[in-house]
Amino acid sequence: MALFDKFKSLIDSHTAVKAVGADPFSVKMERVLSPTEAIIEGRNTILVGTNNYLGLTFDDASVGAAVDALRRYGTGTTGSRIANGSYQGHKGLERELARFYGREHCMVFTTGYQANLGIISTLAGPKDYLIIDADSHASIYDACRMTAATVIRFKHNDAADLDKRLARLANTEGEKIIVVEGIYSMLGDQAPLADIVAVKKKHGAYIILDEAHSMGVLGEHGRGLAEVVGVEDDIDFVVGTFSKSLGAIGGYCVSDHPEFNILRVACRPYMFTASLPPSIVASVTAALKEMEAHPELRTRLWANVNTLYDGLKRRGFVLGPQKGPVVAVHLPSPEIAVHLWHALLQAGVYVNLALPPATPNGTALLRCSVCAAHTKAQLDSVVAKLTDVALKAGLLDVPEKMAAVG
Amino acid sequence: MAADDVLGTITKVLEPFRKGGKPIDADTDIAEDLSVDSQAMMDLMMELEERFDVSIPLNLLPEVRTVGDLVNTVRQLKGSA
Repeated sequence: MALFDKFKSLIDSHTAVKAVGADPFSVKMERVLSPTEAIIEGRNTILVGTNNYLGLTFDDASVGAAVDALRRYGTGTTGSRIANGSYQGHKGLERELARFYGREHCMVFTTGYQANLGIISTLAGPKDYLIIDADSHASIYDACRMTAATVIRFKHNDAADLDKRLARLANTEGEKIIVVEGIYSMLGDQAPLADIVAVKKKHGAYIILDEAHSMGVLGEHGRGLAEVVGVEDDIDFVVGTFSKSLGAIGGYCVSDHPEFNILRVACRPYMFTASLPPSIVASVTAALKEMEAHPELRTRLWANVNTLYDGLKRRGFVLGPQKGPVVAVHLPSPEIAVHLWHALLQAGVYVNLALPPATPNGTALLRCSVCAAHTKAQLDSVVAKLTDVALKAGLLDVPEKMAAVG
Repeated sequence: MAADDVLGTITKVLEPFRKGGKPIDADTDIAEDLSVDSQAMMDLMMELEERFDVSIPLNLLPEVRTVGDLVNTVRQLKGSA
């Protein structure tokens, strides 16, 4: 047992979480009925925790393209692109993404996690500095562990702190690479990108922007936070994923750097893993097209965000600081969060349970993600059910706050 | 920056983690004696970075086991070791 002794505290906390009735980290979806509904434990359940922002997982064109590619090119590539070669679909998807972003180059990865892992760990050499937001996703932290670069954290969303840290490095050699996210996955807040870009320019640093949760969600064309803020030309590398707005799996990086393509023979998480199967490449290519052809998906998504965020706020819930498709409900303790999560599941609502250390500042969250395909009735029901389980747990200050709702 | 000053500040910041009557000194093991987990360690670093006006790179943390290691790390970063 000695080998597993190191997991003792993890085993203890996992056991405590499971004791409530179901394991939040191994929920079984017996059937998935649509982007917003599944059967879980025999019950019809509204999905509000799947990052399926545009609801494209059942999109006819995407499913059709995937089925067609499956028949024509088979189930998988059975190896990496440097060994087994690229299919025309890989190249085509890279061209489409580069065109979408108005960039020279694009590299597609097998997962979004690997895109961050690969780009960050390869760009930062031994003498370089990675300056990352303290609330960065695990893939960014893991990328940092793969490098010989010096890794410095700055306070979450604090451009002044970033400025201070870059100033301290003023007389050091080595490149400075800032890493931030468009929308942070746990609290759903956005980076203060205009201020961060100003600091970047002041210090002559590079910037990698992870738009995993903001691609398809922000910007007139869905190009993310950089598009909204109007700083796309100042972003050196945009990283993203296919597993959220585009409804499949995979990751990418786009850039205008003239030597970008050398990364294809330098970046280990790109080189030493099997490439995306043709069916996924086809569905993502089709989903990108759908997303571009239907900006109303984004309009619908934001209308739904308002319904859920405003609905929960009116009932007195403490939410993440900024409106967006990730709606984080703060709860007083992990125990209460686990209890509410389970009660919600039994009431037919699936959300994500997010506990420390995966959350910032040791906070316990019920993390909801909104989908363009949610109906208002579904989201009203989510608000009602969450209110109900919270009231039963004695959480909401009922008369005053409910009266305020009218 | 004198080693005693750095030790004094670090001891103060670690005070909430002190267990029983045992004082914190240079030999105190941060993870084992004070039960500081990896997340608490990250928060502590932010606090120390503020106090000492210095950035403590994440990659140095695996080398830091004791309070004395932390004192040395801060002094090196301040260029006073």
